[in-house]
Amino acid sequence: MLTPVVDDDGALFWEYAARGELRVQACAEAACGELRFPPRPCCPHCHSFAGEWRRMSGRGRIWSYVFPHPPLLPEYAAQAPYNVIVVELAEAPLIRLVGNLVSGPGAPLNSVAPERLRIGARVQVVFPQDGDGAEAVRLPRWVLERP
Amino acid sequence: MAGAGTAGLKDATAVVGIGQTAFARRLPESEKALACRAVLAALDDAGISPAEVDALASYTMEETDEVEVAKAVGFGDLSFFSRVGFGGGGSCATLAHLAGAVVTGQATVGVAWRSRKRGSGPRPWTDTAVQLPTPAQWTRPFGLLRPADEIAMLTRRYLHEYGATRDHLFNVALACRNRANQNPAAMMYERPLTRDMYMTSRWISEPLCLFDNCLETDGALACVVVSAERARDCRRRPVYVHSAAQGLPAQHHGMVNYWNDDPLTGPAWTAARHLWKHADFTPEDVDVAQIYDAFTPLVPLSLEGYGFCGRGEGGAFTEGGALEIGGRLPLNTGGGGLSEAYVHGFNLITEGVRQLRGTSTAQVPGAATCLVTAGEGVPTSALLLRN
Repeated sequence: MLTPVVDDDGALFWEYAARGELRVQACAEAACGELRFPPRPCCPHCHSFAGEWRRMSGRGRIWSYVFPHPPLLPEYAAQAPYNVIVVELAEAPLIRLVGNLVSGPGAPLNSVAPERLRIGARVQVVFPQDGDGAEAVRLPRWVLERP
Repeated sequence: MAGAGTAGLKDATAVVGIGQTAFARRLPESEKALACRAVLAALDDAGISPAEVDALASYTMEETDEVEVAKAVGFGDLSFFSRVGFGGGGSCATLAHLAGAVVTGQATVGVAWRSRKRGSGPRPWTDTAVQLPTPAQWTRPFGLLRPADEIAMLTRRYLHEYGATRDHLFNVALACRNRANQNPAAMMYERPLTRDMYMTSRWISEPLCLFDNCLETDGALACVVVSAERARDCRRRPVYVHSAAQGLPAQHHGMVNYWNDDPLTGPAWTAARHLWKHADFTPEDVDVAQIYDAFTPLVPLSLEGYGFCGRGEGGAFTEGGALEIGGRLPLNTGGGGLSEAYVHGFNLITEGVRQLRGTSTAQVPGAATCLVTAGEGVPTSALLLRN
């Protein structure tokens, strides 16, 4: 499975994810404080280069979803059709994260029946536990609040 | 009378030559060879010698560069050469850049080309070794691997927000296929499409099915741009570049446009503002449109962005045969990327030229104005052509 190609802007997102924390970059200027995603070198609002990583509640709603079918890269084809979702965060609906809806941490990408997905469904972030497979980088995934 | 400044672009240059290779799933020659064939065909169509060419324009995601084309076909000294970013968003910009070069006196004879073996060559998304960290790190590990997946995500949201349906997407696919069935050069010339075929076809990335996706094509095309004055001496009816624009909206993220305030608007809206500002006519006056169709949903989005209808009305616009010959806005009259050939939109430019020359295989009677767009969903470009 693909691991993220991490750059300077994204490195801390993945470090926090490795600790099981969902954090989003924000402007560190007190007068601004705007969240931004994807992360970037400076603030598009006040142009400060001072950033911080704010912990999010991990709650959100499905904004959209797709079901990829082959042709796909081999490890993804093996799980196809699976879902890919975009989640809007509960406390910041303009911050949206691409992810997958799964039945639990470490579950495969096709572990939730397609008919369970709908736009607006409430979801909660989960991170894989130790021993949940060979992911070198921990990817955040999502479960339904009401399974 | 041409002059410097944006107003000076209007009708100051014309397309006087177009050329292309065959379109097929597999062509035997290299992309470079195909490029040379298309360029020479366009210059022959224009009645202009390669030695007179002094400007080139192309766009990225292309293997053949200016040095290779120039030395093979025997151009003169070049004083202008431009390469536009973002692949299929750059098609129309090549003509915009050539027109600007001619109007400002940087060049006199410009050639734009596109050559790709995307039919017989590898699919770019399968290359796991070379991926940009952004935005790929936020999307690909989760299995959003292909442009089809990225656009499908926006499509589902579009259908949800506006109550549009798969039938609206089918209307787009059908119009392009019907036009291809009239065009002997089209890959789908002898392959009609029915609603049953569409509705029962396999998913690529649900909600996008096979027929929502463009072809995979080997082919090359080119065109020649000169001043309006020079165009009078060429052998074909001139097709004037009336207006041209590029568009990259604030807070744009490319096809994975999930991270701004209004993901269902995109580069088309930005390009349209500039395009219409410098035009003598309005969307109501457009006789025929060549709208970038890598995926069917890009058409309703573009119809909204370029002002043919309001927000969310793009689906309804396609109803009642509006996109067919005789409809409100005949679309992709050579078959488009969906059914003629997918060469990152360059065949939309050549078909626009044909319509305004009166030589299309699906001619709109008396066509005098044509909109050509590059890809919605990426930093884009667009042209208004007139005869």
